[in-house]
Order: sequence, then structure tokens, then C-alpha cells
Amino acid sequence: MYEIIENKSIGEGVNIYKINAPDIAAKALPGQFIIIRVHKKGERIPITIAETDKNYGYITILVQTLGKTTHLLSEMQKGEKLSDVVGPLGIPSEIENFGTVVCIGGGFGIAAVHPIAKALKNVGNYVISITGARRKDLLLMENEMRNASSELLIATDDGSYGTKGFVTDILKKLIVDDKKNIDRVIAIGPVPMMKAVSDFTKKYDIKTIVSLNPIMIDGTGMCGACRVLVGGKTKFACVDGPDFDAHQVDFENLVNRQRFYKDEEKTSYECHQKEHHKEHQ
Amino acid sequence: MENQNKESALLGNKERLKIKRHDMPARNPEERVKDFKEVAIGYSIENAIEEAKRCIDCKVPYCIQGCPVSIDIPAFIKLIEKGDFLGAARKIREKSSLPAICGRVCPQEDQCEKVCTIGKRKDSTSVAIGYLERFVADYEAEHGKKINSKNKNLYDKKIAIVGAGPSGLATAGELRQKGYQVSIFEALHEVGGVLIYGVPEFRLPKSILLREVQILQDMGVEIFTNVVIGKTITVDELLNEKGFSAVFIGTGAGTPKFLNIPGEELNGIYSANEFLTRINLMRAYNMNEYDTPMKCGKTLVVFGAGNTAMDAVRTGLRLGYSDARIFYRRSRNEMTARIDEIHHAEEEGIKFEFLINPVRFIGDEKQNIKQVECQRMELGEPDESGRRRPIPIKGSEFVTDIDAAVIAIGTNVNPIVPSSTPGMNLNKWGYIIADEKTGKTTKKGVFAGGDIVTGAATVILAMGAGKIAAESIDEYLKTSIW
Repeated sequence: MYEIIENKSIGEGVNIYKINAPDIAAKALPGQFIIIRVHKKGERIPITIAETDKNYGYITILVQTLGKTTHLLSEMQKGEKLSDVVGPLGIPSEIENFGTVVCIGGGFGIAAVHPIAKALKNVGNYVISITGARRKDLLLMENEMRNASSELLIATDDGSYGTKGFVTDILKKLIVDDKKNIDRVIAIGPVPMMKAVSDFTKKYDIKTIVSLNPIMIDGTGMCGACRVLVGGKTKFACVDGPDFDAHQVDFENLVNRQRFYKDEEKTSYECHQKEHHKEHQ
Repeated sequence: MENQNKESALLGNKERLKIKRHDMPARNPEERVKDFKEVAIGYSIENAIEEAKRCIDCKVPYCIQGCPVSIDIPAFIKLIEKGDFLGAARKIREKSSLPAICGRVCPQEDQCEKVCTIGKRKDSTSVAIGYLERFVADYEAEHGKKINSKNKNLYDKKIAIVGAGPSGLATAGELRQKGYQVSIFEALHEVGGVLIYGVPEFRLPKSILLREVQILQDMGVEIFTNVVIGKTITVDELLNEKGFSAVFIGTGAGTPKFLNIPGEELNGIYSANEFLTRINLMRAYNMNEYDTPMKCGKTLVVFGAGNTAMDAVRTGLRLGYSDARIFYRRSRNEMTARIDEIHHAEEEGIKFEFLINPVRFIGDEKQNIKQVECQRMELGEPDESGRRRPIPIKGSEFVTDIDAAVIAIGTNVNPIVPSSTPGMNLNKWGYIIADEKTGKTTKKGVFAGGDIVTGAATVILAMGAGKIAAESIDEYLKTSIW
């Protein structure tokens, strides 16, 4: 079980993995995630399910190499096995015919927004997707997003592809200049992006959903490490979310909680890289 | 041993009553706080035989009634006295499949030892039933032959056990012994439930838990980890598609309660479950080797006074907090932790502060915990739990500097299984309604027991519920009568 059947780099520091997990593939719905443990002494980390193949029994995940665990994962070869994979976890995203929906994926959030956009389009929504990256070569899943959407709009920070600027600039244009009638916005990506989208749509009273990514351990509701403040109330992102009404989310608290172990994470990664370097000498 | 035998047989009750209870030998506090190894050393053979002599083999053995799984306590103690330790182990195993664990974690002072006749006498203390049970189980592990070779499948019916905590493990053991095919499904990557993520190594070594689990596997119980029933597979799918004839739900009460006071979202405030899971299950006390991180500072305050609170505060001390304290809103008398653990905590230098209730947490500019504001309490009339209700004293607020806080005030039901299983009735708190005598839920073929039915209770009660359910599952599968 949990055999890696594909590990391919699809951009700087980002790999796409296909993992054998038939039970999860059979069940997963858009918006859900898995928890993996790479090796026997490893930590548990949450990762969004980007795609599933029920027939062949595998799931697809996209993972950005940011620290020790994701680095270890990036080095695993086809045929190697992950120690643990559990899921699908979390409440699936709300998929209904809302009318016109804007799906925004910032940087790495594209992998998470993709299955949701696809599902929304399948049930009859007019899906305008906005994706973005710092540069053209960092843009993820362009073709997949195009297929999953009625319209795809792209922004790059440096203007090397699509519109120059942020995904929020495109959203503003849609709402302010084009006066599009938007029934719902879904935004997944870095917290500053989700917060910017939320602040903006709040003014126009457009229902906005974000997928939150706090620190998690078990992912099944038993510890509260992933607790977030939504409408002033404590919610566990792993069992009550990860999707929440953006206008109710305390983003500042989320950011602070995300960075609590930054020093430990850095130390762990540096030690690992040193060890790694020695081994390869 | 022969001499021993004759001597004991001659022993009258008068002589027996003269023997003082044998303390549990323990590692000294200065040494043991530096590591996570087991605190209690366990009885020597001499200790055990001497302690066994204290049992007067009463005509009405109240101790058996005090044990949730009705172990024949006088019988196993008499076997110890005779030096037949393996016989004593077999006697216990007639009723309990996890003696090495129960001997360590049961609150005997509220169960078997509470009603011991000797303990009721003036100037006397109960026979140390728990210590003796532990001795027998450890002796068996060291000297006994592997008793459980692979059991035969007597029936072709398959039973699914949801959750690998004490109730699930006990149920699995019972049903396997009866000859059923048993599969356990566990959400985490290791089995044991609270015994693996909650109870620390210094109180229950993981090797002992693994030993007990290995016995189950040797008997032929299948264990599947990383399966969240209700998410990966539902209860209905187990019954309808996966070919299970009955399902036992033993998923516990694992959702932590928070205080719901301002500032609780600050960094450095943990549920006891998170704190203990990081350290016990993920081994964050050894960050050189294991990847899960944990922070350490100087002052740690744990709110609560149950076993979980004791485990958390003593764990904090071992992690390196130099000042680890318990803040409890009631008084010493109302603490629910095992007496042994309270003593051990005190010996290790844990400070206890009573009649204190937190009102808000105060953070620094980075939203890390810095202080806690508390108020002093006084005890009023007894509440529905029978314990005197704590009432705030006006104007008694004060602020204390802290580096971390652990909330250990209890747990709620985890909704994943109940909410994904239609046709199974729940009570107003979300716990599964199951018949006390049979473990039957309102859904045909589905049984439940342990904390998912009763709310947070003890390991042995969960095991007792598992045993009851096993009997009734056996009957249901033979008769098909619901």
C-alpha cells in the first residue's frame, strides 16, 4: 500500500505524485485532504487531494518542497512506499449550481482549487478561474485549469504571462469594471491572497469560501492543533473544514499559529540538509 | 516453593492482618524526571508473595464486584501465594485480556481496592490488587510460553472493530477466542488509542502495549491502521459491501474540550490531547531523531486534575519545563487522577494550586502566550456530579507569567462515526445510545462500547463494555435475533 507510482517535478520545487491508495481514491471528493507520514520517524503532514483515479486506485497530490518532510518526499523514487497515508479527511467542498462562480488559485493553491472548479463546472456553473504565479515558469496546471473552467484568467507578478499583477487585480476588474454578476468566490492559496480576496468581496457582499491550511497532527478532530477562529468561535479545520466562510475567518490568528514552529522547522531542515550533504560526499 | 506453600496454608487471618501493605518500588524522583522510562519498578517475587498473603480470601469477595470485568481476584492472589504465577496469569486472562495495562492504569482505589475487606478495617489498607495483577502479567511476559498460537476460525463470520483503544482491543480478543474472524480498523498509524497517544511511556511503556497487541495478532486478529471509519470506509459499507456480519464501535471520546475564554487561540496553548500526542505518539521529546516539533520554556500550567492533567504536567517536566504546575478549580479532595499518579507528581516537584480558574490568556505582540489571568474560587453546594461546585470569589483576580498552557478539562465525542452512520441513535451530547447489558445500538448489527457510549471514563470500564458486547455479538451471530 501507499506505493509511489509517479514522482515528477513540474516546476521549481513542486512535484506531482501519484500514490496507490484505492480506498481513498474511491471516496475522495473535491476539497478533501490526506495526512501522510513519509517514514517511520516522520511527522504527519496534511496535503490536499488534487485528483483521483478510481479505476486504477491512485490519488494525485502536488507538494511544494518547503522543509525536511517535503524534501524527503521529493527524493522518493517510483516504487518506494510511504509509511502512512490516511484519508480522505475534512468536509468536501459545497458543490451546487450557484450560477457564476469565480475560482481563484494562488501559487500552490491551484492544485486544491482545481478539483473544486471541475466539479462546479460539471454541475452547471459558469466557472471563471483565476490563477496566478510569480513568473510564467512557476504557473501550475494551466491546461488542467483551462479544461476545468468556462474561462481561465492568468496573472503573473512580473507580467511574464497573462495579466501583470495579482489574482486579486483580475478579480477587482471582473467585479468593478466588468460588473460581472458573481454568485460565489472560492479562493485557495497563501493566506495574504485569501485575506485580500476576502476583504474585497466583503465590500460587495459576495459569498466567499476559503480553504484553510493550519498546522495539523492527526487530522481527525482529536487534538485541536488546527483550530481556527471563525465568527469568533473555535473550529477545527480538519473536521469542521477545511472550507470556511472567508468573511468570518480570523486570518491574522491563522498566520500567527502557522508560524509557531518556524525555528524548529528551520533547524530540522538544516540538520537534514547537512546530514544529506555528508551522505552524498 | 513447597515450604512456602505449607507455611501459607498455616497462616491464620490474624497473622495475615498483621502484614503491612507493600509499597510499589519506584525509581527515585531526581533520576526519573530526566527521562521517559517507567517510574514504577514493579514487585519482586518476594514482594508479591508477601503482599498476596494479606488477602484473607473472604467468603463474599467484594473485590470481584468492584472489578468491571469481574476478575476472580482472590483466586489469582492465592495462586501467587502458592508461587504459581503462570497459573495466576491464566486465572486473570479468563476475564481480562490486558492485565499488564490494567494493573498499571486502572484507578484501583475506586474499583477493586475500594471495596476490599481488609481496607475497610481500621488501621489497615487494601490488598494491592493492581500491583499484584501487574506483577503476574509482567512475570508471564518474561517466563510464560507463548500461550496463544493462532486460534482456529470456528465460524466464517467476520466482525469489524472500529477503533483500537481498550474497548476495541478487548472486544477483538474475546471474539477471536470464540473463533470469529476479527478485523480492527484504526484511524491513527499506531494502535492502542489513548494508551499510545495519551498515557505516557513513564506510566505505561509502549513495549508493554505492543506486547499485548502482538498477542492479539498472534491469535489471528487482523489490524488495519490509517483507516478512518466514516471517511475511508463507512459503517454501512462494512456491513453491506465488505462482508462484515457485525460491527463494534469503540472510537472513544477523543475531541478535546477547550475553556472557551479569551486568548485561547494564542500560540503555546495546547489541548492535552495535542500536547500528549506530539510527545507520546510522535515522540517529539526526541526531536533529533523524530520529525514532529515541540516547544519548551520555563513555566507550564496544566488546567485540570484528572489523569490526563497529571500525564501532561509530568510530561512537561520531563520535556524540560523547570516549573510545571497544576491549576485546578476545585480542591484536592475532588481531584479525579489516580492516587499513585498524584503522589508521583508531587514527588517529582509538580506544584498544585487549588481553587483557581482561568479567565483569560494574555499574549505578546507575536500572539504567543505570555500570561494567564485567573480568579480564586470557593466551594459551594454539591453539583450534579456530587462534587461541591466551585464559585468565583469576586475581586480575587491575579495574573501569572507562563510560557505554555495545557487544557486538560475533559473531552467530547468525536462526530466522525456517529454523523456518518444513519440509523444509529445518539444522545443529546452526541454519544451513541447502546444497551448497557448487550452493547446493542439502535442500528441492526452495530454494537458500541467504551467512551463513545459513556463519555470519558476508564480503560477497564471500556474493556468491560467490550467484553459484554463480545458476548452479545456472539449470541446475535448465532441466533440472528436482534
